[in-house]
Amino acid sequence: MLFLCLFVLSSCVTLPKDAFKLSPTSLEDRQLQSRKFTTLDNKLLLSAGASVLQDMGYTIDESNTALGVLTASKQADATDAGQIAGAIAVALLTGVMTPTDKEQKIRICLVIQEALDEQTSSVARITIQRMIWNTQGQISRVERIHSPELYQAFFDKLSKATFLEANQI
Amino acid sequence: MRIIKYGWAMFVVVMLLVGCATQNSHVLSGGSAVELRSFQTRAFDTTDKHKMMRTTIAVLQDLGFIIDKTDEDLGLVTGTKLSGYQIRMTVIVQPRGEKQLAVRASGIYNNRAIEDPLPYQDFFAALEKGIFLTAQEID
Repeated sequence: MLFLCLFVLSSCVTLPKDAFKLSPTSLEDRQLQSRKFTTLDNKLLLSAGASVLQDMGYTIDESNTALGVLTASKQADATDAGQIAGAIAVALLTGVMTPTDKEQKIRICLVIQEALDEQTSSVARITIQRMIWNTQGQISRVERIHSPELYQAFFDKLSKATFLEANQI
Repeated sequence: MRIIKYGWAMFVVVMLLVGCATQNSHVLSGGSAVELRSFQTRAFDTTDKHKMMRTTIAVLQDLGFIIDKTDEDLGLVTGTKLSGYQIRMTVIVQPRGEKQLAVRASGIYNNRAIEDPLPYQDFFAALEKGIFLTAQEID
C-alpha cells in the first residue's frame, strides 16, 4: 500500500522521459496536421483562419502575423451520454454517484510556415488540445485531440475562406 | 484563563505572520543556480533571430505543444503541451555577441520547474535538427 502511494506520488512529480523526444509518429502527425497553400501571404491565411475560428465560436488568444501564429480557444460541453449511463449504473449498485465529464476547453493553434520545397507556397499546420472538467469542477483529463477527420474539416473551411486549394504535403 | 486567551491570540498572529513570510518567499525564489541556466541555454552560429523563432515554433509543434504567446522584439515563444500532464515552455532567443544567438528554454511540469538537464538536452537536440545547426553549450 505504501509502495503504491509512493508510486502514485512519484509519478506526479517525475517528467515522462519522452516528453521532449520526437515521437516515432511525429513526421506522420505533421503530415496529417498540415496542408500546403499556393501563397506566401501569411496575413491572408491567418485572417481567413481567424474568421473560420470565429465562425465556430472561438476566441482568439494570440496572433502574430510576422511569425505566422494564431491561437484560439473555446469553452464547450463535454457531457458524454455513455459515461453518464455508466455512472448511474455504478450509483445504483454502490449508492455513490461518480463524477462525470461536464465541460471542456478546446484550444486550436494554427501556424503558417514557408514551404521548404516550393518557394511559392506556405504550409499551414494546426494542433488541437483540450482540458476537461468533471461535475465536481476538477480537471479530469488534459490531452491533445488527434483526429485526421477534424484536421481535414478545418482545412476544408480554410480552403473555402481563402479561395485556395489545400494540398497534402 | 486570560493568559491562555492571549496566548492563543499570539499563537494565531505568529502563525499568520509565518504563513505570510513563507508564501512571499516564493515570489523571487529560484534562479540562484548558475548550473540551471547553463543547461537551459545553448548558443547557435546564426544571427537570424526570425528564423530561429519560427524553427522553435515548428519544433514545439512537433513535440505536441500549442503556442500560447509570441513576441518578436523579445524573441519570446511560450507553449503548452497537454498529454495527461501539463508542460509549459518559455523559450527566449537573443543575440549573443555579433555572430551568435543564445536560446534559453525553461519548462514547468505540472506547476513545478523542470530542473533536470535531460529534458533540455532532448529539446535542444530537436531544435538542432530543425535549424540544421549545432547547439553549443555555453558557460
